[in-house]
Amino acid sequence: MSALSTERETGPASRPPFLRSLAGIFLTGNTFVITALAFFSALVIGAVIIVFATPSALQAWHGFFASPGAALGPSWKAIADAYGSLFAGSIGSPTAIAKAFATGSPADVTRALTPISETLVAATPLMMAALGIALAFRAGLFDIGGQGQMILGAAGATLGGFLFPNMPAPLHIAFALLVGAAFGAAWGFIPGILKAKTGAHEVITSMMLNYVALNLLTYLLTSPLYQAPPRVEAISKAVVPGARLPLLLGHSLRVNLGFVIAVLCVIGVAWLLKRSSTGFRFRMLGLNREAARVAGVNIELQYVLAMTLAGMLVGLGGALLVQGVDFRISPLYGGSIGFDGITVAILGRGSPLGVALSSLLFGAFTAGGRTMQVNTSIPLQLVQVLQAVLVLFVAAPGVIRTIYRIKVLHGGGRIFGGWAG
Amino acid sequence: MSAEKSGKRAALGSGSRKDSAAPIQPELRRNLEALRRRSFGIALFALAVIIFYFAFGNAPSAATVFSLSAGPAIALPLIHLPLVATEIFLGIVCALLGVAQILWRTNRRIYLLLGIGLAITGVAFLAWAGKGQSVDVEGLLITSLIEAVPLTLGALSGLLCERAGVINIAIEGQFLVSAFVGALVGSATGNLWAGLVCGALAGGLIGLILAVFAITYAADQIIVGVVLDAFAVGLTSFFLQSVLVPNQAALNSPTVFDPIPIPLLNRIPIVGPLLFNQNIFVYLTILILAAVQIGLFHTRWGLRVRAVGEHPRAADTVGINVKAVRYRNVVLGGIVAGIGGASFTIGSTGQFAYNMTAGLGYIALAAMIFGRWRPLGALGAALLFGFTDALQFTLSVLNVPIPSSFLTMFPYLATILAVAGLVGRVLPPAADGQYYARE
Repeated sequence: MSALSTERETGPASRPPFLRSLAGIFLTGNTFVITALAFFSALVIGAVIIVFATPSALQAWHGFFASPGAALGPSWKAIADAYGSLFAGSIGSPTAIAKAFATGSPADVTRALTPISETLVAATPLMMAALGIALAFRAGLFDIGGQGQMILGAAGATLGGFLFPNMPAPLHIAFALLVGAAFGAAWGFIPGILKAKTGAHEVITSMMLNYVALNLLTYLLTSPLYQAPPRVEAISKAVVPGARLPLLLGHSLRVNLGFVIAVLCVIGVAWLLKRSSTGFRFRMLGLNREAARVAGVNIELQYVLAMTLAGMLVGLGGALLVQGVDFRISPLYGGSIGFDGITVAILGRGSPLGVALSSLLFGAFTAGGRTMQVNTSIPLQLVQVLQAVLVLFVAAPGVIRTIYRIKVLHGGGRIFGGWAG
Repeated sequence: MSAEKSGKRAALGSGSRKDSAAPIQPELRRNLEALRRRSFGIALFALAVIIFYFAFGNAPSAATVFSLSAGPAIALPLIHLPLVATEIFLGIVCALLGVAQILWRTNRRIYLLLGIGLAITGVAFLAWAGKGQSVDVEGLLITSLIEAVPLTLGALSGLLCERAGVINIAIEGQFLVSAFVGALVGSATGNLWAGLVCGALAGGLIGLILAVFAITYAADQIIVGVVLDAFAVGLTSFFLQSVLVPNQAALNSPTVFDPIPIPLLNRIPIVGPLLFNQNIFVYLTILILAAVQIGLFHTRWGLRVRAVGEHPRAADTVGINVKAVRYRNVVLGGIVAGIGGASFTIGSTGQFAYNMTAGLGYIALAAMIFGRWRPLGALGAALLFGFTDALQFTLSVLNVPIPSSFLTMFPYLATILAVAGLVGRVLPPAADGQYYARE
């Protein structure tokens, strides 16, 4: 501690001002640096896991003392292959991009753009889920029910998408989106009203509603209303073409209007939190519940509002997924997106911009992970481990500060205080 | 928490929690207790109405057969129940319980009465569902108990952590990792005991990670728990794909623990096959349950743990090392959940499968809350959840026109009702989830 402070007083003074401020950033550890170091640490841990999962690399370690180079070689190759195809699958492979510039043929351009398109497609529902959860975070609420809200949103959009097949297209898209958002909002309203009226903790109620939603979905998929004829498989009727979101970049790329809608929602939530009085009340609630109460904020109403809005955003994410990508719902629809939304929201520290960037990162992970699974022997699930480790470190900046010896300037803000709050 | 609200909480929780009863007006408390008694009585009446409904529309000759035999070893006569008479009788008993509840002068036995009412409703429901058929009651009970084993251990894990003031949402992750390690070690070494020990230690390791992040580095406990669950799903499925699947025979096909019949006791009708002819996990669960119940409420260790969970600063001032107590309990909780997790593989199916615990860790958490942070309550909740789970199998055999999805929902809906205060206010330890550091 004292060594650090003397360095701060004497060391950087001899450097030019620009470097001094740069050193200051790294020594004090602002959020960006912490996130970057957490990302680096996650990659290191991922590398260790890759080596453990690659028999040839593990085998080579037996001869480490005889020839360290030969021992490290296979490990390095396994790691480089995995992370290389992770990059190629999410951003694009340099060769494909160079070829697209050289020839300019539509097929080559499409091939070069496919990774980016897949990243955006994967990021879209994640961004919506994380946005809703982040909004609840800012109001001091932990909405762990993203999975259920997403299922309800998808089920609503599917219903809106096949019930009236003759609606004109633009109207039909909006109608299905609205039904999805309303279903999601209803699923968010329940934990909100329970917390307001009875004090039931939203973590428990929203988590339980996830499982209720999963079972409800199982039921719906075998009900005459939803199940696709000839009614043998547990799969829903398809959203009619008129209610599907238009593609943005031609027929071969899956990126669709959903991404634009998600970005608009990010801007909308940013405006809500920064500029509107409702957002101001949410933030008051999140920063100091008692102070908000004393200042005359109707806390119970804010609980209901924040949870309903959160559910609406997550539900809209489910609607975008159905109307933009899958067009049908099936058991366990949405997978882990609702849960990943929590980690994205934490990574983005609850700010709309942070959420947008974090969901792009996670979308890139998902898209790249698929390519990695195809190209190397490393399974897709590595990505889940990387994400979890990354967020674990981001949630506990103290660990990163200790590992990299960064000075603590201020304690991290705390969001929750147990079940009783 | 405002003074007025915390006073209300103490009053509502005072029915069974002496350790947190704040001074409030005795009159207010009496009123609240009477209100609670009345609502419990009304709930029992509602159950009676449901039971009477089961009797409707049946021919007087309709009957259900209940089978209580477990295999040919202990054969019991089949019980033939005339449906209408049974339902009416059970309905009257339930209604009488409701009357007794309302006229009762104290709140001491209200949960017991409600439990009896629920059990009666269960019997009435089975009689209705199995009309004209035979219901394997003993099989249902045995399945319920087996399903309740990991739930109980998971709930005890959560309880050990939360009584010391650390929220453990990572139960699901502990289950998964220890199920994985149990299968892997049990298969690779051919020694199931090694699998059990390593599985338990793997759960403890996840507990240790939670402890380091939450207790030392002040990370938000709920967030760390959720992320650890995601980490466990990713890690186990990653190694399942990359290591276990290519070597299925060598690394992922452990044998499972055989039942250990306890001489003489296993010959007792009904109870014998249920409790005394089970594998090691059932016996371990009973032992751990007893140890936690006695340890928490009748030993110095338990007093210290509860002090740390309720008021860490006060505990600190009398010389208790808060962080050490929390570390020990969180790791211990991880080990207990690890035993529960190992039972998923080497206790029942053998092989590890992708995300095989499927959210049961969260149900265990719910069982802990439903059981009001008490070991016996957690057991009761785990048995109830296990029963609803087992009921699905029984009902699918009986061809009942109720979609099984709705039955599966039951534990979750029951938990929502419980935390919403309809089954009495649930009151966590006062310092649950709060980071503690000396000033």
